[in-house]
Amino acid sequence: MKTLVQKFNAAFGADMGGPVIAFVAVMLIFGLAADNFLSMATFGSVAFQLPELGLLTLAMLLPLLTGGINLSITFAANLSGLAAAWVLQAHGGVDAPASAFLFACLAALATGAASGALTGVAIAYTRAHPILVTLSMMIFLRGLGEFLTRGGDVSGFPAYIAPIGHGSVFGFPIPLLIFIICVALWHVLLVRSKLGFGLLMIGSNMEAAHYSGLNTRKILVLVYTLSGLMCAVAGIIMLARFNSVRVGHGESYLLITVLAAFLGGINPFGGFGRVLPVFVALIVLQLLSSGLNLMGANQHLATALWGVLMIVVMAARTLASNYRIFMRKKA
Amino acid sequence: MSAEPLLSLKNIRVTFGGVRALKGVSFEVNPGEVHCLAGENGCGKSTLIKVITGVYKPEEGAEFVFDGKPISGMTPTLAQTLGIQVIWQDLALFSEMSVAENIGFQLAVTGKFGLINKRAIDEAAEKALARLGVSLDIHQPLKELPIAQRQIVAIARALVGEARLVFMDEPTASLTQSEADYLIGIVRNLSASGIAVVFVSHRLAEVLEISHRITVLRDGALVGVYPVEGMTQSRVTELMTGRNFDSAVIAADHDDAPVVLSVRNLTRNGEFVDVSFDLRRGETLGITGLLGAGRTELALTLFGMHKPHSGEILLEGQKVSFGSNRDAIRAGIAYLSEDRLSLGLNQPQSIADNLVMASLDRILSGGLISPTRKADVVSRWISELGVKIGTPDDPIRTLSGGNQQRVAIAKWLAIGPKILILDAPTVGVDVGARAGIFEIVRKLAAEGLSIIIISDEPPEVYFNADRVVHMADGRFQAVYDPRRASLNELESAVYA
Repeated sequence: MKTLVQKFNAAFGADMGGPVIAFVAVMLIFGLAADNFLSMATFGSVAFQLPELGLLTLAMLLPLLTGGINLSITFAANLSGLAAAWVLQAHGGVDAPASAFLFACLAALATGAASGALTGVAIAYTRAHPILVTLSMMIFLRGLGEFLTRGGDVSGFPAYIAPIGHGSVFGFPIPLLIFIICVALWHVLLVRSKLGFGLLMIGSNMEAAHYSGLNTRKILVLVYTLSGLMCAVAGIIMLARFNSVRVGHGESYLLITVLAAFLGGINPFGGFGRVLPVFVALIVLQLLSSGLNLMGANQHLATALWGVLMIVVMAARTLASNYRIFMRKKA
Repeated sequence: MSAEPLLSLKNIRVTFGGVRALKGVSFEVNPGEVHCLAGENGCGKSTLIKVITGVYKPEEGAEFVFDGKPISGMTPTLAQTLGIQVIWQDLALFSEMSVAENIGFQLAVTGKFGLINKRAIDEAAEKALARLGVSLDIHQPLKELPIAQRQIVAIARALVGEARLVFMDEPTASLTQSEADYLIGIVRNLSASGIAVVFVSHRLAEVLEISHRITVLRDGALVGVYPVEGMTQSRVTELMTGRNFDSAVIAADHDDAPVVLSVRNLTRNGEFVDVSFDLRRGETLGITGLLGAGRTELALTLFGMHKPHSGEILLEGQKVSFGSNRDAIRAGIAYLSEDRLSLGLNQPQSIADNLVMASLDRILSGGLISPTRKADVVSRWISELGVKIGTPDDPIRTLSGGNQQRVAIAKWLAIGPKILILDAPTVGVDVGARAGIFEIVRKLAAEGLSIIIISDEPPEVYFNADRVVHMADGRFQAVYDPRRASLNELESAVYA
């Protein structure tokens, strides 16, 4: 048993254990409880719902790893979506050409990056706590968005955009594909890039990183800019899925992204964490909600169960680490 | 002096993560005695004090007797109740609060109805200061007092709690000679009034002057307990280090080697003034002086973290001006921080990540970090500097102080530096490992690296540098050649 655990840790990393156990448990429980759980329908529902939450979680992930947080992600996604929507409407709305869509995407990415860069500069240069800075940013973006849209929807986009939210290529859902590409990018960023190395280092000790010659300000600005860019990708997917943009859409995802990250083994104080366990954790959360949905349970019950799952995982982690310390003392 | 000791410990053993900090030490203090606890950094002095005050628990088999009564489970609260007080080197005072509030803060915490009785605090402060025979303005904020008077405040605070045994950890480390003399007078008063004082100090002259007996620890073990009569400084040094230092000077001439670093009239207001020196290839320069002499500030300026207000830094003849420490690192200047726990190393992160942290550009391949190159660099330096580790992925905080310091040095060697500044390189490193660190330093110097060693222990630089500068009040006071000047000369200058 022990060697099996060691082999698993060596192959996938110790932080993969929790999410994988949760994944197996959810598959077993729902597979036995609901006979239509292990079906293409479940896969489809997970595949199309996962990317929204997933992309926002990726946006949350990098700031969390630096020991910070980004509370403005959902409204940054909304505002990026708005930027795209306006570009499309300015070019004929439903009749906008494909070139206009490309331009719209660039406008969205620029908006997301700009809001992130502004946040990053404020955090890096004022040394104010990220909670305060991003909370201010969140309120600013929400207010700005509501002012510009008067609280209403912006809709009426060309038909060729819809597949980005609903379509498939060779049976594979396009939004899921986009999400997986982003997961891969973030994985490489964290494991192999200088920026990823630096952001983990400043996550556990910013001063020590500074004394070793890492450019901590630049790293913080880049981290929040990338977070904003990922929000923009989420904003574009949301635009395509709902064929409309409304400020406040996806607001309830904000804290779920934090939950998913912690479920994926991210250290709450920063400095440690990887993308792949978070990816598995996201799938678990989505399976839980889809499974309950299949069994006819209320959607709000699913949210409540997410909270329960989190507490169970935290407790299990504490027990596991106590057990490890106990074993080491005996050894 | 009564025959019955006030405190008697036997067979005290403490282990931290496999490292034996105390190996069956015994320790005894008589009532009203001034007792010196001597030993090098990392010999177990602080650990012993923390056992006595209940911070650490000794292992099975320890005997602990205070005032004739055996004590089984000492706790910090019990230590306070018994009248055991410690004045740590950092004093643990509140700099924004007044003298009276600092002295009587325990009263404030436990006031009636949860309210603070200001008059009771003032009275207690006056009384405690009077016992010391000192008069201070008790309403003055502590931050306005010089360091020596803050020391007095810390002692007075210990007296509020009806002290019977007071530990003083390096009380004179940051004091001038006249301030230290004043403090010694106060210690005598305490002793005369029946309070036992245990003095921890590096300054052997004052130790010999003030103490009745000396307990010497080395490497976690008891060397012996000696009456102070007939003791000499060199005898105590020998007992502390287990070595005879007379022939250990390594200083050599480097006049033919090219100058690597030239500092001309470098000044940073409020920190250091008019500092000038040359450092040649392969040369080791020692800088010593009391805390607050401006040593670390000078190092941080050379390392590009602070900007000088005037003066010049020339690197191989070229004038340089660093915008940040990244510029300095690129130019080949490395700085090993005095604070390994929070600045020098990233404690929670792995040994490997700490080692490559400053030299990421050297392990890139196609813009990304190459895992194989990283592993190569890590294993190369681990073996070159003889670091003892489990795996490179273990958190660096799991290593002993000496091994951590080796990794910290390796981190800087990995950038291929021209100049290595070592700020207090042996803090928290035990005696055996210290020699190992200096062996590495000597080898690096022989390979042509220019080194600056900063230390507040004069012997450390005296025996490991080609030239020693005494720094005080932000100025270079004098340069000593260890081959011509005696250690005594240097020490009396530093502590004058």
